[in-house]
Amino acid sequence: MNATAGPAHAVRSQREVFGDTLATLAEERPDVLILDGDLANSTRADIVADRMPGQFLEMGIAEQNLFGVAAGLATMGFTPYISTFACFAVARALDQIRVTIAQPHLGVKIAAGYSGILTGSTGKTHQMVDDLAIMRAVPGMTVLVPADDVEAEALLRVAADVPGPVYIRLARDAVRRVFEPPYTIPLGVPVVLRDAPEIVLVSTGTQTARTLEAVERLVEAGIDAGLVHIAVLKPLDVETLLRSLLGRRLVVTVEEHTVVGGLGGAVAEVIAEHGGPRLRRIGLADTFGESGPNDALLERYGLSAARIVDRVRTWVDELDR
Amino acid sequence: MADLTEPTADAARVAALEERARSARREIVRAVGRAKAGHLGGPLSAVDVLVALYGVILRVRPDDPSWAERDRFVLSKGHASIGLYAVLALSGYFPVEELGTFDAIGTRLQGHPDMTRLPGLDMSTGSLGVGVSAAVGMAIGAKRLALDTRVFVMIGDGECQEGQVWEAAASAVRFRLDNLFAIVDVNGLQQFGWIDPDDGGRTRPWSAGSLAAIWAGFGWRVVEIDGHDMAAIVTALTAAIEDTLDGQPTVILARTVKGRGVSFMEGRFEWHARVPTADEVERALAELAS
Repeated sequence: MNATAGPAHAVRSQREVFGDTLATLAEERPDVLILDGDLANSTRADIVADRMPGQFLEMGIAEQNLFGVAAGLATMGFTPYISTFACFAVARALDQIRVTIAQPHLGVKIAAGYSGILTGSTGKTHQMVDDLAIMRAVPGMTVLVPADDVEAEALLRVAADVPGPVYIRLARDAVRRVFEPPYTIPLGVPVVLRDAPEIVLVSTGTQTARTLEAVERLVEAGIDAGLVHIAVLKPLDVETLLRSLLGRRLVVTVEEHTVVGGLGGAVAEVIAEHGGPRLRRIGLADTFGESGPNDALLERYGLSAARIVDRVRTWVDELDR
Repeated sequence: MADLTEPTADAARVAALEERARSARREIVRAVGRAKAGHLGGPLSAVDVLVALYGVILRVRPDDPSWAERDRFVLSKGHASIGLYAVLALSGYFPVEELGTFDAIGTRLQGHPDMTRLPGLDMSTGSLGVGVSAAVGMAIGAKRLALDTRVFVMIGDGECQEGQVWEAAASAVRFRLDNLFAIVDVNGLQQFGWIDPDDGGRTRPWSAGSLAAIWAGFGWRVVEIDGHDMAAIVTALTAAIEDTLDGQPTVILARTVKGRGVSFMEGRFEWHARVPTADEVERALAELAS
């Protein structure tokens, strides 16, 4: 296990990693193309435009066409990566994703930047709090949700070789590093970052970095809490995940997403079918987000380490009543 | 620019294509009648152009449908699937008898084209507008691979109400896709449309002349033909591919009649997806026999 529970490291944002990784991938593989929806200087696809301009296609402000063109390129043997914001990818072009990418099972890789609520104070239109639920429901879609810069690089690279369509959820801003390089975790295996006998938190994406801090604080406060990170939300490795859930007394899911249909929904399905401990879900309630600085948003929507600690302590207290 | 109306198709070849189109129309009516599902109006308006494409225009190999350098064809108006299937069968892609499985459970001939099931389909379509963008992607891909491949996409005139068609049209010009050829099946009707206040019928999806002006405004070369005149179709398509303009995509507006070939279906919006009775199938086949 190469996880670290040490202090925060100076790390890069996932969007910078995205630009660098795709530029390198384009150098290595002539079949890799990066299609941008006129957001390259936000998503950092502009790094590809600078380093590998011949494999960078500017598709302008037209997401329906962006996804359809990627599908056509995939039929010609290319491996297209689409770069845009998660909200525009999932919500603006869902029909194109379903009909021209997922139904023919074409190898289009959707690099969805600016996911969740930490999108640079842009507010609810540009935040995306329901993408995991939607993408998880699309038949045949692989859903990757990296925790930090190291895992983002690994998953962006592996996506090229995953057959069929892949949705990769990326965050705008840097979080503390969860994994030290080299990243050696087999694709799809839930990662036990800390094991504990009774209480386990399950989180995904960059929310894992904040949840890791919450777990450290809980442990300091005498609550022995474990943490499992889900990088591949779909297909979900149910068997491995169950080994971390069964026999515990409390499972808490934590995600920068609504509690409907994403990680919390997936874990609820597993527990409902296979049996398991009491489940509590942390995430946005049935609501959109709003503008604001990251710290304030995390506080308001219950995703800061402090808010997670408070809620877990409450639920732990309830266990003994 | 070449005169795209100058006849270049020889009479014997045209007659053979016309005969194949009659056969295709019969197969379309039989298949929809048997399945008790599907569409008739659109396939019958589109089928003459489809026959011309697969008969003399497309460089394809029915016995090797995945041949990498083949020309591509995308039926963006996917609800006309049975029209394409009939032409593919008559072109040797699969036995004509298989048309009897249209829409049946487990069939390769799905209600809307499914490329994962039937070799020879270059794209899955069905939701309107999506095929045009896929064709743009194929045309970009062909140029990147330095292939001589040409990409054809058939769109409905009603389908042109989808915004994605115009996103794709703009990008085709931006990427200078002179290897891309769109054909709009201008049959003048859509599934329901608007009531014409003058005659109580249905208005056309686009007012007269507007589609040509809009495509031209996007920067496409526009060619208008009678989409049921086989000689005109072959002449226009041949001229378009032989005399491409540097960097400019071409659209062929094919004026057609919805339900063409069956008198009681022609020009009636109700036949977009109406299922014919057994008697109607008999009457239609009788008209198409001659």
